[in-house]
Formats: sequence, structure tokens, C-alpha cells
Amino acid sequence: MNAEGLHVRTLSELARGLERGDFSAVELTEALLERIGLLNERLNAFITVTDGEALAAAAVADEARAAGRSLPLQGLPLVHKDLFCTEGVRTTCGSRMLEHFVSPYDATVVARLRAAGAVMLGKTNMDEFAMGSSNETSYFGPVRNPWDLSRSPGGSSGGTVAAVAARIVPAGTGTDTGGSIRQPAALTGTVGLKPTYGRVSRYGMVAFASSLDQAGTVTRSAEDAALLLGVMAGLDEKDSTSVDHPVPDYLKALSSPLKGLRVGVVRQHFDEGLAPQCAARVREALSVIEEQGATLVEVDLPTIDLSVPTYYVVAPAECSSNLSRFDGVRFGHRAENPSDLLDLYRRSRGEGFGAEVKRRIMTGTYVLSAGYYDAYYLKAQKVRQLITADFRNAFESVDVIAGPTAPTPAFALGEKTVDPITMYLNDIYTIGANLAGLPGISVPCGFADGLPVGLQLVGPHFSEERILQVAHQYQLLTDWHRACPEGFA
Amino acid sequence: MQHIATLARLQLEESELEDVVDKLSRIVDFVDQLQAAPVGDVLPMAHPLNQSQRLRADVVTEQIDRDAIQANAPVTKDGFYLVPKVID
Repeated sequence: MNAEGLHVRTLSELARGLERGDFSAVELTEALLERIGLLNERLNAFITVTDGEALAAAAVADEARAAGRSLPLQGLPLVHKDLFCTEGVRTTCGSRMLEHFVSPYDATVVARLRAAGAVMLGKTNMDEFAMGSSNETSYFGPVRNPWDLSRSPGGSSGGTVAAVAARIVPAGTGTDTGGSIRQPAALTGTVGLKPTYGRVSRYGMVAFASSLDQAGTVTRSAEDAALLLGVMAGLDEKDSTSVDHPVPDYLKALSSPLKGLRVGVVRQHFDEGLAPQCAARVREALSVIEEQGATLVEVDLPTIDLSVPTYYVVAPAECSSNLSRFDGVRFGHRAENPSDLLDLYRRSRGEGFGAEVKRRIMTGTYVLSAGYYDAYYLKAQKVRQLITADFRNAFESVDVIAGPTAPTPAFALGEKTVDPITMYLNDIYTIGANLAGLPGISVPCGFADGLPVGLQLVGPHFSEERILQVAHQYQLLTDWHRACPEGFA
Repeated sequence: MQHIATLARLQLEESELEDVVDKLSRIVDFVDQLQAAPVGDVLPMAHPLNQSQRLRADVVTEQIDRDAIQANAPVTKDGFYLVPKVID
């Protein structure tokens, strides 16, 4: 049996090992469950570990393989962010409100990955209801960054990225409303893909901001992201915003060379807000891409500076509407001894939600309230149109936009919790793609004082093939994605 | 502030209030920079691909198991959700 170092292998490498019979899915699952037991205490990456279910699913995968059946992800391990509903396994969304919620159905993403043979090892920690950029708003406590345990892994998909970076699992799912896959991927040296809005079904994802939310992947290679996206993407009758657009063979597209590719470099991305070391790493990455035959073209996104304030009107507005379903009546936390129905609603919500979620609900209620709707919500929707038009104009002269994912490397836990605006500005380079519905990916591109830095690639709608191709070609020439945090090798 | 909290059906404790007021003020100040944006007669954007809603035929596609759904409810009786008395 050639089963040494299973935990450092990528999904694609593990798939080949399973195919050759070097090890079984059960052996693989056991090895990774052991790592969870050994390492999770340091990271707090998991809210629920599903060892029993995982071993049973792995045994099924082994039997299927022995019987000659072959599925794209047969026996391959992964984790789900704890806002994807999983039948029979609790889905907390990082909130006291849903601490004991057990979904009666699977999210479409979960169902498709399961049907493709994937083995779920557990549900990962996250900012409460995905509202946060540091994983500090979780009711279950912050996740720690494997590169420096005193620092945040970013958020909101903090548990998934920490588990993938720490070589506990090769891959996992996340969701990205304003950068919640790409920013934490950058801060942990992993690969985070947010597809085009509507590319992947949102059915069974606990909704935060419905016009921005999108499911995606966290992996250690672009190849693995392509493998998973091929399974996850496509029309779903259960999500009326999922788009009926053909799903290409994402793996096939990876091998095309970059010769002739026009890469946009956004003038506004390299301003004083970007840490000098991050700027240096990103510029080095751009040179690598240029050396492969791509042309760098400077582009302008004139309205991009307004993306964060636009987002902090649109997203809280949608959140205040979506989270009105948590009423203490049908599911979720319920206050003790309510005096009347209003008291039941107010105290159940007051006790069940944490501080950041309450702030966003309050902000959303305010910008939607009579007398303020036009000035805030309608205005923000108009600015959103301008930001989207900026991207459309840019993509007339370039094929893909490349730049930083986050303005700084991982920050210390507690460093940005006093002023919400400093936390919000962490997503300054990622939010634009959500507002415009564009696909984006963050790829590790080096280090600043020992902490990972991410390169972000953003493309036009439904150009996942292209951004994955650029990311893959970059990874063929670099090995930043192979770097492993000390203590987790 | 308490008016918005009532609209949002949120109980805010006295101990939380100072922090909420402080942070909400900062957020409102921050998003106020949108006021100066030259939007002209641009149409508001409700969908990131500017698409309209896809509709389906109004037919039953699946049956749901009420007991399974209500297993998550704090208090139920005979298939109903129980709440404090609303009408005297």
C-alpha cells in the first residue's frame, strides 16, 4: 500500500491513488479523521465532525469501486461550511439561533457532491450567518489561522480554509457574498473560487443576501477547484436564480497556454490601502503570468471605490429581510416564558443573534425604512449598476482582471473588532465581483513576513474556465500552493 | 434606535445599546458617501445579471413530511405551532 502522506495530497492526486488501489476510501477517511482529532483543537475549524457517516460513505465508495462503478469524486473527502443544509446532520450557520437545527433535506450542492461519491467529514465553523471577515462572529468561537494561531483565517468561510490549509482535508465548500471564500483563501494560502452568480444552486444554503450569495470551493489547487465545480454547477429547478447555461469541461480547459491572453491590472487596486509587501507579491505574480505570453493592460474601474459602501447598504437590506424568518416559532432559538407574541419575537431574536448579525439587521431595517429607502437602498442599487458597467467596459479590452485579493495578510484576532468599518474594508478588492455577479478566484502567490498573500483573478460572467486556466497555468510554474504551515506538515 | 429595533423585532438590552448606537452611526456615516455618487438616470440593479425571475408551472412537485419539518419547532401540538395567546 502506498498510503504515506495522504493528508498533503490534493483531491486529484487522491483520486489517482484510489483509482490505482494504493489505498481505500476507508483508509483515507480514517487517516483524515485522525488528523481532525489531533489538530482541530488548535484551530476550532469544525462545528460538527461526522465520523460515523463519513466511514459509512467511504465503505459504500469502496464497494462501488470493487463492483466496477466509477464516479467523479468516488471516495474523495471534503467538508461543508455549516450553512449548507445536510439531512440528518445539524446546520448551525455559526449561530446560537440554529444551534440545534437539523435540516430535513440536503442542499443541492451537498446532494450533488454526495451523488458524485464525495465523503463528507464534517461541517465547518464560520462567521455567524456568514456575516464577518474574520470568523470572530461565530457563536462557536473564532477559528485560528494555521500559519499563526494568534491570527484570524479571514471569513466568513474560516473553518473550511483553515482545515484545507492545515492539511486536514484536501477540499471543502464555502459561500461568498462579499469575499467570504476568496479573502479567507488568501489569508491561509489556499485556492478559493467564487463562481458567477447563478452558476451554482443556492437551494439549501441558509440565505444571507440573496442577490449576492454564491457557493464555491476551497482547495489547494486550481485543478481541484475545476474538478469540484464541474460537479456542483448547473441549473437547479429548486433555485429560480440558478442559470440555465451549459456546464463546460472545466478540467479540459486548464491546459491551454496563456499566450495572447489580455490581463487587466486595475489602477485603483494599487493605492495606499494595499500593504507594500502584498503589492510586491502580486506584481511578481503578474510578471510570471506575463512571462507565459499574456499581455498586461492597465484598466480603470472608476466607481470601484464605492463598492464597499454600496455593499453595506444592499447586503444588510437583504439580510434584514431574509433573517426575518427566524421568529422563534417554526424553528430555531425560542425565548423562555414570552409575555406576548411581540415579546416572543423580540427576545428570541435578541438572544439568538450575535452582535454583528443584529447590527446588520438594524442597518438593513434602517435603509429600507420609510423616508430612507430612496436615499440609501435605491441609491445603492443605482451605484451597483455603475460598478457593474465599469467591469463590463473593462472586459471590452481585457480577458481577465488580476490583482490583490485582500489589502493585508492575516490580521490578529481582536485587531479589527472595535471599528466595523476597518473590518468591512478588508473586502475592498473582492466585493466588486459580488455586486457585478462575476466569477473570481484567489490563488496563493507568496508570503509577507511568513503569512500567505493571495492573487485574485476576476473574469466576465461564466468565464470560470478562463480564470481556472490562468490559475492552473500559474500554479504549474509556482509552488506557493504546496507550502504547508509549520506544525501541520 | 429603539424604533428601528422594534421594526426589526429585535430586543436590545440596555447594556448593548451604547455599542449599537456607536457602531451603527459609523456604518451610516460610511455609507453616506453614496449620496454624492453621480447616478443620473441609471436604472437600479436588482439582479447581478439583470435577469428576470424564471417561472415554473404551478403544480405539486413533492410532498413534505410535516412531522419531520416540525421536529425543529420549539413547541407544537397536533401539527400546529404554538405561540402565546394573541387574541383575548
